[in-house]
Amino acid sequence: MTSTITPDLIAQHQLTPGEYRKIVDILGREPTYTELGIFSVMWSEHCSYKSSRLHLKKLPTRGKLVVQGPGENAGIIDIGGGYVIAFKIESHNHPSFIEPFQGAATGVGGILRDIFTMGARPIAVLDGLRFGRLDDPQTGPRNRRILSGVVAGIAHYGNCFGVPTIGGECAFEPCYDGNPLVNVFALGIAKKEDIFYAKATGAGNPVIYVGARTGRDGIHGASMASAEFTEESKQKRPNVQVGDPFMEKLLLEACLEAMRTGAIVGIQDMGAAGLTCSTCEMGSRGSVGIEIELDRVPQRETGMSPYEIMLSESQERMLLVAEKGREEEVFRVFRKWGLEAAEVGIVTADGKLRVKQHGQVVAEIPNRELADEAPLYDRPHTPKPPALAAPRELPAADIQRALPALLAAPDICSKRWIWQQYDYQVRTNTLAGPEAADAGILRIKETGSSVAMSLDGNGRYSFLSPREGAQLAVAESCRNLSVVGAQPLAATNCLNFGNPERPEIMAQLVEAIEGMAEACRVFETPITGGNVSLYNETLGEGIYPTPVLGIVGLMKTAAPVTIPFKRAGRSVILLGGAGTCDTARFGGTQYAKEILHQLWGLPPALDMDYEKRVQSAIREIVGAGLAESAHDVSDGGLAVALAECGFGPAGIGAQIDIPSDLRPEFLAFHEGPSRIIISTADPKRAAAIAEKHGVPAAAIGVTIEGSMEIRQRGITLGSWELATLKSAYDGALESYVR
Amino acid sequence: MKFGVIVFPGSNCDHDAFYAVTANLGEKAEFIWHDSASLGDVDAVILPGGFAYGDYLRCGAIAKFSPVMQAVRKFAAAGGPVLGICNGFQVLVEAGLLPGALIRNRGLKFICREVRLRTETTDSPFTAAAQKGQVLRVPIAHGEGCYFADDRTLDELEAEDRVVFRYLDNPNGSLRDIAGILSRERNVMGMMPHPERASDPLMGSADGLVVFQSLIRGQATQPRNSADIEAIR
Repeated sequence: MTSTITPDLIAQHQLTPGEYRKIVDILGREPTYTELGIFSVMWSEHCSYKSSRLHLKKLPTRGKLVVQGPGENAGIIDIGGGYVIAFKIESHNHPSFIEPFQGAATGVGGILRDIFTMGARPIAVLDGLRFGRLDDPQTGPRNRRILSGVVAGIAHYGNCFGVPTIGGECAFEPCYDGNPLVNVFALGIAKKEDIFYAKATGAGNPVIYVGARTGRDGIHGASMASAEFTEESKQKRPNVQVGDPFMEKLLLEACLEAMRTGAIVGIQDMGAAGLTCSTCEMGSRGSVGIEIELDRVPQRETGMSPYEIMLSESQERMLLVAEKGREEEVFRVFRKWGLEAAEVGIVTADGKLRVKQHGQVVAEIPNRELADEAPLYDRPHTPKPPALAAPRELPAADIQRALPALLAAPDICSKRWIWQQYDYQVRTNTLAGPEAADAGILRIKETGSSVAMSLDGNGRYSFLSPREGAQLAVAESCRNLSVVGAQPLAATNCLNFGNPERPEIMAQLVEAIEGMAEACRVFETPITGGNVSLYNETLGEGIYPTPVLGIVGLMKTAAPVTIPFKRAGRSVILLGGAGTCDTARFGGTQYAKEILHQLWGLPPALDMDYEKRVQSAIREIVGAGLAESAHDVSDGGLAVALAECGFGPAGIGAQIDIPSDLRPEFLAFHEGPSRIIISTADPKRAAAIAEKHGVPAAAIGVTIEGSMEIRQRGITLGSWELATLKSAYDGALESYVR
Repeated sequence: MKFGVIVFPGSNCDHDAFYAVTANLGEKAEFIWHDSASLGDVDAVILPGGFAYGDYLRCGAIAKFSPVMQAVRKFAAAGGPVLGICNGFQVLVEAGLLPGALIRNRGLKFICREVRLRTETTDSPFTAAAQKGQVLRVPIAHGEGCYFADDRTLDELEAEDRVVFRYLDNPNGSLRDIAGILSRERNVMGMMPHPERASDPLMGSADGLVVFQSLIRGQATQPRNSADIEAIR
């Protein structure tokens, strides 16, 4: 093993001189070229969390129902009846910018493997998307292309694999122009006793490679995801992997069937950093070594070097450890599904990852140091608050014109154009799909209960205050679950930030994590895993700090409480009241963005204790069957939420009158949390429940046919035909995309 | 009654069809692996939705060569009812058991949504329990569901009352709004919409059940000559 490592080569691998010295210390010698590559991917930000690990420890991760917290391929919680759910969120931001279709498709593929490698069958996907403005004359055409490509990629993979994409969110800001965010959440179900872990044990046990052959695609994908974008990034297209959802579907069925043989000891998918990551992580978790012979690795191309084989991120591959002597049981299953499986190595007792090619050792590294002792940085973090002064005076508001304009705004308008391309019903469990209710709801046929899930984040809020933005995201996600009657149980997070080497960006990350930790404690939703995506910058322009929360909840299976009003003559109740707002807290709203074209101040104020009581109240009201419809107030405020309640098939709107002293545009469009609109035939009982929880349940009006009217102390702020509002809301996205 | 649900590599609505006829209707069902040479003792066959063989080359183009399709052909020739849903319809067309072709949706995008179907004929084992003209709310989920055939074939389908369902709001550009058709012998039906997804009010509609109920009722009232079927297996 001779070495020809130059400082240039080290820098090309995005390793610092200090990190290189640590490698030399661990090995007691200079690394080989292959070893350098292996270290560079395992110690990349993407795989090692070296900038965030210190702070991620602040997150609550334990709870009564948590079976598996962070550190495995997915978090697992107990949902009763002998079943568990496994879920996690992953980002595929960088690849999706370089090659939108395949970048997004393989993002879906990667997170699905994370779920079924734990023995769980994936039953739901949600996606959190952020793009640049579609209507910008300069960047619009490219942003539209990225949007179309990403959506088609998600649809291509998820639809063919056979997992419903039941919800998500999508927002547009100039800061995502050169750096779209593609965050994919997946959830699966397993029997509690059938959980598998990515842990190698038992010296002498065979290591088996299954699935697609290894090619030269995706080499250094993990490192690419750990760097800023520059002009040269476009040339990294060959770094993006190509997905084959059909292969993944076979792999799913074969893996679940092979697991049932009882011959599998541990299993891990090959995602970021491919064969390198799966071998050393499985070895490290089991405190064992793994020795592999690369000649036995199925290869798609000839003449691949050890470096290329170890760093390839070819998709649809799994690595498993079987019980010695029972290999044939495993091979039989993979043969049935027409998949290649090859014994590529064995588990050893020496704790080392030993890689051979043609019988020669080409890399030999202690697993634990490689997988778990990556450098850890306490990067300087100095908050630099955005200097965005509030306008001295807000221009006079025209509520009548503002509402249709807001309903057609890209962040608010119907995302039907997107989700209609996704199969959101396959597996026939979807009780509430996209835009049907505040949360996606899936029944679990096996247990008689249902799982609700919601994905939330708001970059504008987080930019104004990373701490409050993260708390608002947790609160909103839990509120969405509560609105459909589900008890929030646990969370997964995707932290999308800029370059952590800049103190002001690092400060955003620290603040967001701390805010999230506090909120997750209050709402009793431990974080069971997730993903950190840093270096989301293009040419020095960072994205808004964008923490995205995926929270899951549990409820009894029943007809879902959906958003639209169902019948005329029902009472409309604003649970939580009209809320408060001042000019500073109005600067992050959609009204400020779309009507005033500004951003200032702070996000809406959140009182977490109050929010929690509002959520308890709505769960009880929904549980008692009192809510005919329910929808929380969020982006766009009360008027937008009311309009959305009017877009159901029954064509029922409302006549609203609110005795409030807020400025009219604050009343109509402020985005203060802790508020939920319900329609009910029994306002008295609903109010009694609210009172018990110490929250107001203001009767603000009555449902009527065909129109929406909003008054403040009897003075009309606006009056609209529902059809007009609905056409603005329904048609907007398609008109932007064209 | 016992349904056989064919499982090709890449089928992904197999469990859904199985669930619809067993859990929702209390009938028996079994999965039949694509390399089986025989169908066993099933009374009706369902080719489920999904992406058989990844839909590579062309939807259904590889699946038609599966060993099980020989058995399906024989079963159909002997009069056994065969229902192809979505990808199953595409396979039946490729296999020549139904005429025409299913091409890319007119909008060039995958579409998942509920559509309304008008029941055009009740003279089939799949719609005998429905009313002629009955409108069903059933979802579609496909990228290649635009029914296409030459005019002569379309005229023939209409003249022989073999158009089973038409879209009221044609979502994919299908010629003459065709959503489902019958074979000449009327015992093979293909339809792009998913009746198994509309088989439980909780899911938003139970209108699709009538397709399976028709099969069940038909089997109960007219037991087929099982010796005949046995002979050709």
